[in-house]
Amino acid sequence: MKKNSLDLWVGLFVAIGLVALLFLALKAGNMSAFSFQKTYNVSARFDNIGGLKPRATVNSAGVVVGRVSSIGFDDQSYQATVTLNLEERYQFPKDTSAKILTSGLLGEQYIGLEAGGDADMLVAGGKITQTQSAIVLENLISQFLFNKAADKGSDKDSAKK
Amino acid sequence: MKNSTLNFLKDRLNGLGRSVRENIEALGFATRMFFAILGRSVALLKRPILVTDQIYFLGNYSFVIIAVSGLFVGFVLGLQGYYTLNRYGSEQALGLLVALSLTRELGPVVTALLFAGRAGTSLTAEIGLMKAGEQLAAMEMMAVDPIARVLAPRLWGGIIAMPILAAIFSAVGVIGGYLVGVPLIGVDDGAFWSQMQNGVDVMKDIGNGVIKSCVFGIAVTFIALYQGFQSKPTPEGVSLATTRTVVISSLAVLALDFLLTAVMFSK
Repeated sequence: MKKNSLDLWVGLFVAIGLVALLFLALKAGNMSAFSFQKTYNVSARFDNIGGLKPRATVNSAGVVVGRVSSIGFDDQSYQATVTLNLEERYQFPKDTSAKILTSGLLGEQYIGLEAGGDADMLVAGGKITQTQSAIVLENLISQFLFNKAADKGSDKDSAKK
Repeated sequence: MKNSTLNFLKDRLNGLGRSVRENIEALGFATRMFFAILGRSVALLKRPILVTDQIYFLGNYSFVIIAVSGLFVGFVLGLQGYYTLNRYGSEQALGLLVALSLTRELGPVVTALLFAGRAGTSLTAEIGLMKAGEQLAAMEMMAVDPIARVLAPRLWGGIIAMPILAAIFSAVGVIGGYLVGVPLIGVDDGAFWSQMQNGVDVMKDIGNGVIKSCVFGIAVTFIALYQGFQSKPTPEGVSLATTRTVVISSLAVLALDFLLTAVMFSK
């Protein structure tokens, strides 16, 4: 009798622990975001990927259609090679273009796909040829400042004349 | 005058050498004892009730203190995190902050510290008193191995109970952070959970937290057993050993946490 009630309490304790872990994995973690859909890989080259990370989302029209599986560097063309892991139920035309976008002003970076009009579809191991690099904030700012300075300079020149 | 200075220095050096030697000896004995316990654990498979007994004693009895502390740590994280994040206008990230700090650091570490205070001390005192009452010696007289009968089930009980307690702590803490953040302060419910789910990785954050708590469980339980087994069989000896358990295992947990964090979360 005593042994049985002991087992009951210890079993309850272990069960609460498992429920806690499950709660953490499902509610706090990204376990529920794991999809068990079949996937296929396509690759894309970018001149600059900015702050893109592996496991970043791949969106099309705002819907998650896959994830970035790996990021590499190609020392022949000096470009970044990004492998995208797309869900098999979503098919894209061959001339689909990929952009690196930012959610919000300072948010995470992700890849946006825009479907083209080609009749042929991308297959596993295919390549996305039309890409647009990430916008690097520093470059934008320096460009803006440079333009400002150039404007001021030309204003002065015209005032002298 | 000169002679006395020399003698003083000589005594000091002698003392230093002795303490270094004693510490290294203690380390060697602790290692030997650890492997002795592991080696005699196979017999437990035949009598798992011994381990169940210890899980009940170490785990179930610590459940209330762990759950209540987790709830309040979650409350405080929710409040403090909100005030800090609010300055940068990103209070939406409150859920992420609460969940990451709990699963990565606070869950395993605070649970281990509480476990050392709640369960470690009672282990040390129990074994120290068994030794003082010559129960361990009596067992050996009856050809019962005290390491296999007394120490091994307690070590395994601690190793099993600790990760469960840490998981409960983290889960209750997340709920506490939610209670303060969403109904009380008014952070958006959807943003709270979705930011958390985007930022917390099951393997990297929760898995590593579980590994951490297993390591802490081994460290705290073993230090408690070692101190009890090595204590002087007097009332003062047992009380000194109990104090030492808390001090040494708390320091060990914090040092191990630094090492594990450096290995796990730095790329």
